[in-house]
Amino acid sequence: MHKYVLRRVLLLIPVMVGVSFVVFTIMFFTPGDPAKILLGERAPEAEVQALRTQMGLDDPFFVQYARFVTNALRGDLGRSLTTRRPASQELFARFPATMQLAAAGVLVAVLIGIPIGIVSATRQYSLFDGASMVIALVGVSMPNFWQGIMMVLLFSIYLRWFPSSGYGTFAHLIMPALTIGTSSAATITRMTRSSMLEVVRQDYIRTARAKGLSEHLVITRHALKNALIPIITVVGLQFGYLLGGAVLTETIFSWPGVGRLMVDAIRQRDYPVVQGGVLLLALTFSVVNLLVDVLYAYIDPRIKAQYK
Amino acid sequence: MKTEADNVVTADVDERQQGLPESDAGRDTAMQVLTDTRRGRSQWAEVWRRLRRNWMAMFGLAIIIVIFFTAIFAEVIAPYDYRTQNLRRIADPPSREHLLGTDDLGRDILSRIIYGARVSLQVGFVAVSISLILGGTLGALAGYYGGRLDNVVMRFMDVLLAIPSILLAIAIVSAFGGGLVNVMVAVGIATIPVYARIVKASVISIKEQEYIEAARAIGATDLRIILKHILPNSMAPIIVQGTLGVAIAILSAAGLSFIGLGIEPPTPEWGAMLSSGRHLIRRAPHVATFPGVAIMITIFALNLLGDGLRDALDPRLKQ
Repeated sequence: MHKYVLRRVLLLIPVMVGVSFVVFTIMFFTPGDPAKILLGERAPEAEVQALRTQMGLDDPFFVQYARFVTNALRGDLGRSLTTRRPASQELFARFPATMQLAAAGVLVAVLIGIPIGIVSATRQYSLFDGASMVIALVGVSMPNFWQGIMMVLLFSIYLRWFPSSGYGTFAHLIMPALTIGTSSAATITRMTRSSMLEVVRQDYIRTARAKGLSEHLVITRHALKNALIPIITVVGLQFGYLLGGAVLTETIFSWPGVGRLMVDAIRQRDYPVVQGGVLLLALTFSVVNLLVDVLYAYIDPRIKAQYK
Repeated sequence: MKTEADNVVTADVDERQQGLPESDAGRDTAMQVLTDTRRGRSQWAEVWRRLRRNWMAMFGLAIIIVIFFTAIFAEVIAPYDYRTQNLRRIADPPSREHLLGTDDLGRDILSRIIYGARVSLQVGFVAVSISLILGGTLGALAGYYGGRLDNVVMRFMDVLLAIPSILLAIAIVSAFGGGLVNVMVAVGIATIPVYARIVKASVISIKEQEYIEAARAIGATDLRIILKHILPNSMAPIIVQGTLGVAIAILSAAGLSFIGLGIEPPTPEWGAMLSSGRHLIRRAPHVATFPGVAIMITIFALNLLGDGLRDALDPRLKQ
């Protein structure tokens, strides 16, 4: 088991090196001169050139990339071109808000998705099942930025229940969490239902029923426990999806997270922040996937046995 | 005598069977397919027959066809030109002249949504084609040749998968700028790994079949085997993923336009229209509402069709 975890952690290194290369390459070919952005359009050419040399912008591609990676390993992602503060500082200051939002979104998705999925599976083809499947499909089909705006319209403007934007209290969290979590809730509902249906057909469920266990016990103890494995994978993947979706949701609700910081940075051509943001979110996504895989191995004895 | 290696193989097969339990219903349908094929119906006629019985999928297909025709005949259907501004009628609510009202520049929203169908469908299908061609080629090569090529390609796919796809698309568009072409390319590139993985998986499952061996024995080239024998037999998962992929691509493109990184005005793009209505949400909520409804209906229809195709193409998965 330890060997498995260690191997997975070590596999993370080449993936992150690859991600840093992709991100660096994209940003390297971005038109626009960072030195000019820093000094302003009207700066004298000599000054711009001096700064370029100082920043190492005239070095060959691979020299610059190597410098970027070694600096990134020390937690140095360069300086923001607009605030002049270290990009890592800017990003880490916003990181907790994004994690909070993504975690709340996953929580919403799990709390809605799993129970509805179970009930739908146990009452396959019932009215409840049909209705929840249609609603789930609508949930996946709704663009979350539109849903966010519609929720602001309904809950902030008409009903005045929640603030339309901002950060800090529980009331501020509700609408962004629902916005970001809805499509994941729908995905998890569908996954839970099909996974449960798959499991309920197995022989051991028939055995459990045959030996006279209550339906409740059969579902919770025998079926759910086995159905949960693919569901956990989906939940893990959804977390990554939410980190990406945070960019849109944070923009709507003025949520002070990494996503909104990146959108602002893109508008101002502040490429160290964009670069660092993609890197940070990709690392988080990979770490979450790793945790899910480890958890997966932990709850599934069949996988655990392979690495004993 | 049974060796240890044999045991390992048997255990492996057992596990696979456990992973893919074939239900009784599935077996029945499989038998059905078999008898139908014997009667001389082609595989695709059979798929179509099964799809036709699924009214949800047909409903989805009908909506998509309507949207397609709307896009093609936009000039005929739209009551106004999508560029015509009427500064005396800014953000007017729905009325008889303007069924869905007007936007922040006094343009007819219904007309813009009709023309917008063109943009969204184009983005969806072109982006999926890009990722299908690139991802499919990479996946087919990796699956067919295996070995080091497989390793290099799939590790690169792992890297791309480690970046949430919308973030990757945002990074690409932020570097190379917005606009229709860049958005299609960015959204397409961001989903390459999905198709590479699917195609690779089906190529691996097919390449050991006897008919591939037979083709090789009569001297068919690798390219011919991949294009003529393997690809047609791995279409099922590709079609399903492609249909759902169009939905995802349309959503991503709309999202990019929403944060101002996508398709630029005055092109009527649904995400951008929604975004321009955001600051009017208190005074004229209809400006942001209707483009969102258009996106939702389109995605909903594509999802219905995609689900239906999945059931029709792979009876084993039907529940």
